[in-house]
Amino acid sequence: MAENSFAKKFIPKIKDFFRELPKKNSFKVFVSVLISILIGLLVGLLILLISNPSTAFRAFGGILAGSFGDPKSVSVGLGDLLYFATPILLTGLSVGFAFKTGLFNIGASGQFMVGQFAALMLAFYGTGFGRFQWVVAVLGGILAGALWGFIPGFFKAVFNVNEVITSIMFNYIGMFLTNMLIKSNRVIFNETRHETRNIAAQAFLPKLGLDKIFPGSRADIGFLLAVLAAIVIYIVLNKTKFGFELKGVGYNRHASRYAGINEKKAIILSMAIAGALAGMGGALKMLAPGVHYIGNTLSAEEVLAAEGFNGIPVALLGLSNPIGIIFSALFITHLQRGGFYVQSVIMIEIIDIIIGVIIYFSAFSLAIRTFFAKIVQKRKMEAELEAENPEPKGGKA
Amino acid sequence: METFYFIFQQALYFSIPLLIVALGGMFSEKSGVVNIALEGIMVIGAFCGIFFINVMQKIGAFASTPQLLFVLALLVGGLAGMLYASLLAFASVNMKADQTIGGTALNLLSVALVVFIARTMNNVKQIYFDQQVFTIKEFPVLSKIPVIGDMFFKNAYLSTYLGIIILLVAIVVLKKTRFGLRLSACGEHPHAAQSLGVNVYRMRWAGVLISGALGGIGGVSYIIPTTVSFGGTVSGYGFLALAVMIFGQWKPLRIFFSAIFFGFFSAIAFAYFKIDFLNNLNILHKGDFFKMVPYIATMIILAFTSKKSRAPKAEGIPFDPGAR
Repeated sequence: MAENSFAKKFIPKIKDFFRELPKKNSFKVFVSVLISILIGLLVGLLILLISNPSTAFRAFGGILAGSFGDPKSVSVGLGDLLYFATPILLTGLSVGFAFKTGLFNIGASGQFMVGQFAALMLAFYGTGFGRFQWVVAVLGGILAGALWGFIPGFFKAVFNVNEVITSIMFNYIGMFLTNMLIKSNRVIFNETRHETRNIAAQAFLPKLGLDKIFPGSRADIGFLLAVLAAIVIYIVLNKTKFGFELKGVGYNRHASRYAGINEKKAIILSMAIAGALAGMGGALKMLAPGVHYIGNTLSAEEVLAAEGFNGIPVALLGLSNPIGIIFSALFITHLQRGGFYVQSVIMIEIIDIIIGVIIYFSAFSLAIRTFFAKIVQKRKMEAELEAENPEPKGGKA
Repeated sequence: METFYFIFQQALYFSIPLLIVALGGMFSEKSGVVNIALEGIMVIGAFCGIFFINVMQKIGAFASTPQLLFVLALLVGGLAGMLYASLLAFASVNMKADQTIGGTALNLLSVALVVFIARTMNNVKQIYFDQQVFTIKEFPVLSKIPVIGDMFFKNAYLSTYLGIIILLVAIVVLKKTRFGLRLSACGEHPHAAQSLGVNVYRMRWAGVLISGALGGIGGVSYIIPTTVSFGGTVSGYGFLALAVMIFGQWKPLRIFFSAIFFGFFSAIAFAYFKIDFLNNLNILHKGDFFKMVPYIATMIILAFTSKKSRAPKAEGIPFDPGAR
């Protein structure tokens, strides 16, 4: 009896849910993202076929198999997936959070690099913190990233300088500055290998049992912290007055000012938080112990951190929703790992091509949605017209 | 004085591509489309132009007429940039896509695409070319003019003069022609323009295509004087060009001066060791320090000039004829 009433109560609700689903905006957005992913993959396949038909399908299969294609074992593949997803999850959150508050943070790269740098410094000089050294180092990375986001935010709020330009400038300033500081520090820098020395094991992130779940992989606490950050950002954006104010300023800066929100403070804080997230990503990457507990190094090359730029597609694909970003980071990393495993037959840049195409088409998502909405509307109107005058249109003939 | 001329010549190598690309960005934004894809367009243009040179030099074509080869490479780069920009035009004009996202996608795509193609063909991403044949050591008569001869007519590249020509044409087109005025109208108030019978879509397409052509040309003219190989990057000069455009307040002549300004700082980063008092500064790894200077200077300048921004009012907003 009880089961029956349970079913009676919920089955209509579920039915309603699925009947209403296609009308929901979030569902339409989701479908348009899926369409973009499909187009991206198809373009990728096409390019593979053009460049080398004989290996195209093998390569494409490898890309789709992604992290499951690890030659050692699936558990290594999945653990590595979490490890490699961590930095871009955080840069994705950084970009996505800024998007939600109406800002385009293209400076995640620089924020990521100063985060790495701060973590590196604390890994070398913060031995006094003992067991908590990694915590301090992560916090240091967060602070450094926050500072690197704060400055473009300040310039935007006070001087009305477009944050896109300033954060790009700060990518380069961050890169040259950290390079300079690293290279001139004899304790940290190994001149002959042109990279920093390995950080000490004391500063490593703990693995927290993930090495038991995914034996032989690089997985560590970083991924869990990144997911935690996503949840916190989700709560801040959706459940707090502070988040509401930030989003309000994003929608309409002037209206928010009249509503009594300090819009300058909101812009500065948004950029600082976005920077903090990217900086955290840099710190977590720097402090990761890896498989063999050797520890990471940082090479002083004149290349902007790719993780920062990869945060943009992650955020866009995740529709700037913190929870969505967790999945899009995993998805993009999955493709990247797949490309990595089949590197012998293809050039790994194909993954970036696929991602670029996906983002290009997801920029259309509005157009795709309105296109479908128009079809639905048209059908509806035709149906209504027919209902009003039952005579067939072609009656004259 | 020798040092001054050297720095000035270096500055031109950096300024001219910035000028050309920033003018391109101006045409796009004047029409109402934010072109953040300039970086990607430069990459595509540079790739096609340099690849063309690479192939031609390999088969020995144009060996006796390197300047003709340069011109052709600029053309190839410009055409490629225009084609690539049409992707942005389609997305932002016809599909009413978010222009920043569309542009970012094209930036991501461009680097991946050119490195993929280069590596698929040659296994390495660098495309080498013989750069020295393009240097004009000395113009016969003009280089003898005091001061100016040393500044403009020694160790020069053809792209310098092309850049100046593009600047003059841009000024005339924007200020004196029907096309230019209509283009600006589409970026300021597209509905008003439409009510006067201007086809806003077509004007925006034109703006983006011009910026694509100039972006591609700028890409080639950035690579040739400054390096001997192309490795899939233009080191953020597309973004710097956007900053130059903003600093220049969307006005051709002001863009010219701001491009010179940036080029000067870049040249110092490149050749600081030739200037005694900079070389004697007591900073470890000065090279990195001086490389930061153009970007820091940009920040400071923008802070002072952005308050009263003259950005086209409707830039970044997709045109919807039905909107009120």
